[in-house]
Amino acid sequence: MRHHPPRWATTLLRWWADPNTSEEVEGDLLELYNHWVQTVGERKANWKYALNALKLLRPFAKDKRAHYPTTYLYSPTMLRNYFKIAFRNLLKYRGYSFINVTGLATGMAVAILIGLWLYDELSYNKQFENYDRIVQVMQHQTFDGQVNTQMANPYLMGEEIRNKYGNDFKHIVMSSWTNGHILAYGDKKLTKTGNYFEPGITEMLSLQMLKGSRAGLNDVNSILLSESAAKAYFGNDDPLGKVMKVDNKNDVKVTGVYKDLPYNSDFKDLTFILPWSLYLSNLPWIKEMTNPWRSNFTQTYAMLADHADIAQVSAKIKDVKLHKVRAEERAFKPVVFLQPMSKWHLYAEFKDGINIGGRIQFVWLFGIIGGFVLLLACINFMNLSTARSEKRAKEVGVRKAVGSVRGQLINQFLSESLLVTLISFGLAILLVQLVLPMFNEVADKKIKVLWQEPLFWLSGIGFTVLTGIIAGSYPAFYLSSFRPVQVLKGTFRVGRFASVPRKVLVTLQFTVSVALIIGTMVVFQQIDFAKKRPAGYAIDKLLYVPISTPDLANKYEVVRNDLLKTGAIAEVSESSSPITSVWAINNGYSWKGKDPGIQGNFAAVSTTHEFGKTIGWELKEGRDFSRDFPTDSSAMILNETAVKFMGLKKPVGEIVKIDDKVFHVIGVVKDLVMQSPYQPVFRTSFVLDYNDASVINIKINATTNTSDALPKIEAVFRKHNPAAPFEYQFIDEEYAKKFTDEVRISKLATSFTILAIFISCLGLFGLASFVAEQRTKEIGIRKVLGASVSNLWGLLSREFVILVVIACGIAGPITWYAMNNWMQKFDYRTEISWWIFVVTALLAVGIALLTVSYQAIKAAIVNPVKSLKSE
Amino acid sequence: MKRTFLGEFEEIVLLTVAILGEEAYGVTITQELEQKTGRSVGFSTVHTTLQRLEEKGFLTSQMGGATAERGGRRKRFFTVTATGRKALVEVKQVREELWGALPPQTLQLMGG
Repeated sequence: MRHHPPRWATTLLRWWADPNTSEEVEGDLLELYNHWVQTVGERKANWKYALNALKLLRPFAKDKRAHYPTTYLYSPTMLRNYFKIAFRNLLKYRGYSFINVTGLATGMAVAILIGLWLYDELSYNKQFENYDRIVQVMQHQTFDGQVNTQMANPYLMGEEIRNKYGNDFKHIVMSSWTNGHILAYGDKKLTKTGNYFEPGITEMLSLQMLKGSRAGLNDVNSILLSESAAKAYFGNDDPLGKVMKVDNKNDVKVTGVYKDLPYNSDFKDLTFILPWSLYLSNLPWIKEMTNPWRSNFTQTYAMLADHADIAQVSAKIKDVKLHKVRAEERAFKPVVFLQPMSKWHLYAEFKDGINIGGRIQFVWLFGIIGGFVLLLACINFMNLSTARSEKRAKEVGVRKAVGSVRGQLINQFLSESLLVTLISFGLAILLVQLVLPMFNEVADKKIKVLWQEPLFWLSGIGFTVLTGIIAGSYPAFYLSSFRPVQVLKGTFRVGRFASVPRKVLVTLQFTVSVALIIGTMVVFQQIDFAKKRPAGYAIDKLLYVPISTPDLANKYEVVRNDLLKTGAIAEVSESSSPITSVWAINNGYSWKGKDPGIQGNFAAVSTTHEFGKTIGWELKEGRDFSRDFPTDSSAMILNETAVKFMGLKKPVGEIVKIDDKVFHVIGVVKDLVMQSPYQPVFRTSFVLDYNDASVINIKINATTNTSDALPKIEAVFRKHNPAAPFEYQFIDEEYAKKFTDEVRISKLATSFTILAIFISCLGLFGLASFVAEQRTKEIGIRKVLGASVSNLWGLLSREFVILVVIACGIAGPITWYAMNNWMQKFDYRTEISWWIFVVTALLAVGIALLTVSYQAIKAAIVNPVKSLKSE
Repeated sequence: MKRTFLGEFEEIVLLTVAILGEEAYGVTITQELEQKTGRSVGFSTVHTTLQRLEEKGFLTSQMGGATAERGGRRKRFFTVTATGRKALVEVKQVREELWGALPPQTLQLMGG
């Protein structure tokens, strides 16, 4: 019978005895124990054993053997060695290094670009010193149960707020809209964008005056120029005191030059500032707008006083308009509120009186895409480096046998992966620098790499190191724990599940790629759908010239005749707004059978007789305006939506009153897409009014080349409107602008998608080649036994194809859900068709198959003799 | 040079190591001591003394080969160093000198 000493004593001994001598002490005690059992009996032996064990506890003894004096993990020599070996390894496997570095660098470049874009978006307007205090006064109005939110206010809003609530504000600044105006100095006539402001604006925006002072705006006939505008007119001469002409009407004296306002701000187009008093003096009809308040045609900016709280002030002033307007307008329940500058850019959209966001969605969208692309690249990198590292198990064995400490192996592997990530980071920055001009063009930005921003470097390098450590952690910590004997004997085997994380990562990668493909395709489908929507007019060879000076307004008939005489022009007409936009929405419409409960506002367009012929609208009922009917001065043409809205069975001949003016309906036209092509067409009325013209519409002959016609048109305008530069807009270009935002997104999304696919494929390519290499022997044997190339190709590709199919299965529903949500914001939208998913899935599988096949076939056609001889 | 003194128990242990020669390790030393001195000697005491003697430079030790009987644990064999031997000889000389200085009648009284 064998006896055992008390286990607790042994355990105690193992834990707390002096580590330097524990081995022999345990052995000796065991031997003695057996001796005691034989001499004094088991009970006493137990007792003696325990007593001795307790006496031998040395809980504070230090392990002296650990003090190897010679192994320095971080000596300069070792560090140099780590990197030297890392470099050699990179060069030895050029293909893999290339894939690794390219993939990671691309991903990082995308992430940096998007990061810079996000930074730009989020720092919008932030350069203004009073960023926290500046607000815009806006109002909600309720039309037929629908709350509209607008920036436009009556022109007395500022004065009223100043009188009643002046204590809460430092500055209140009325302003017109930032538009193009013709600024002339001598012979130099240019259209510049600028605005009329009350003098407080200079302090509010804390303009940096290069010449003159901020007080320069106090005089009625003054102008402040931006640095670039001043340069355009005066070069290096001193602009102060020079007299310029605005819109061929007012003479103004330059009283100051301010530094250009930052591009990523809402005032980026403000190249000059004119005094508000000058604006008012140009409006003879302004008296009508005074009491009660009428049209909303100006903007109101303000800066809060230091003590004021925006929410409180906002609540205070909410009724400031209500009691100043006519009873009819009071019915719209105007609620005035303050929108802080921090929300102007990213949170500009309102629905039912609630701020629902806006551009911030893109910030999120791109943030997520950027994150995903980066994730893809990192996954790649990790996949490849872990896959590669299994081949290096032998190396670990040899290193350990020769005397490497585990810490050295960890350092070795980590430094290798860090080296790759650092090279990639450098390359990524280079790439960003190269692509940035193009990116800026597409995104309409002026982004620069933030060389001087510590945060940029900190996050960039921090991320790089993190990626390196995470990717290097598998070989560093797992491989370094191998027992050299096993590895060198070849009994070491990677577990069955070692490749599972890798498969999951590949699936994730393709899920993201497939989701991006589907998303992009849906965006394209939606844009295409909206583009194909019938505009209701002929956009080709149609242009308009803004009536910028009084000269042009008075000479319309002469201009028209001269234009027609050139022979290049089919038709000319005037209208109160270009056909691609609605400038006026009026109230006060009434008709027979109108429900008294509705207010009924209409988009209103004033035209001249030939408007319909110029733009080529299609009449559904009745007739067009005609010079043959003198009564047409009170004629009205409605669009289909208007007729439907009014509930008229037989619209032609009906009477419509606008306030007290009587109109009779003579025709109905098919809906014209004047506003957003994604929204339903708004009810619109067209009437004749030669005095309310803002643009001249010109239709070029179908048989004449546009390039031939333009000089002829220009000559006519030069003759009759010498004070203004000849400026025109093509309707087809204007129409295309309606899609700018979506097209921009789709362009960016497309490039990111392509990059994502590229990165994923790089990864797949690397993995496939690795797997093929690992199975060289197996393939050789299979070939010898009679497997055909296509057999082997199937064998090697199947695994990856299955992963991609799974990825498609995951990505499909998620993307469908997300895109369906996105589409909800368009009233005029297409259905997401099922074929997109099928095509995408086929595409993904096809791409994956192509990628893998190269490696698979390469491996399959190798001469088996060679592959079997390898090693 | 600092002189190190040998304690009584240390002296006995050191002597025992010298007696045992190549077979001196924890167990044999303890058993030998018990047999020779007839007193019950704790292993822990012997172990601690051996450690101290090694620290003082009177002993060196090396690990032996692994054997199956002690659960694969190796033995630590001790050998007396030159310093150890010198210390033993010194102690013996002091004793002999002292014995030699003892008056004969006292010696007789002690039964020697």
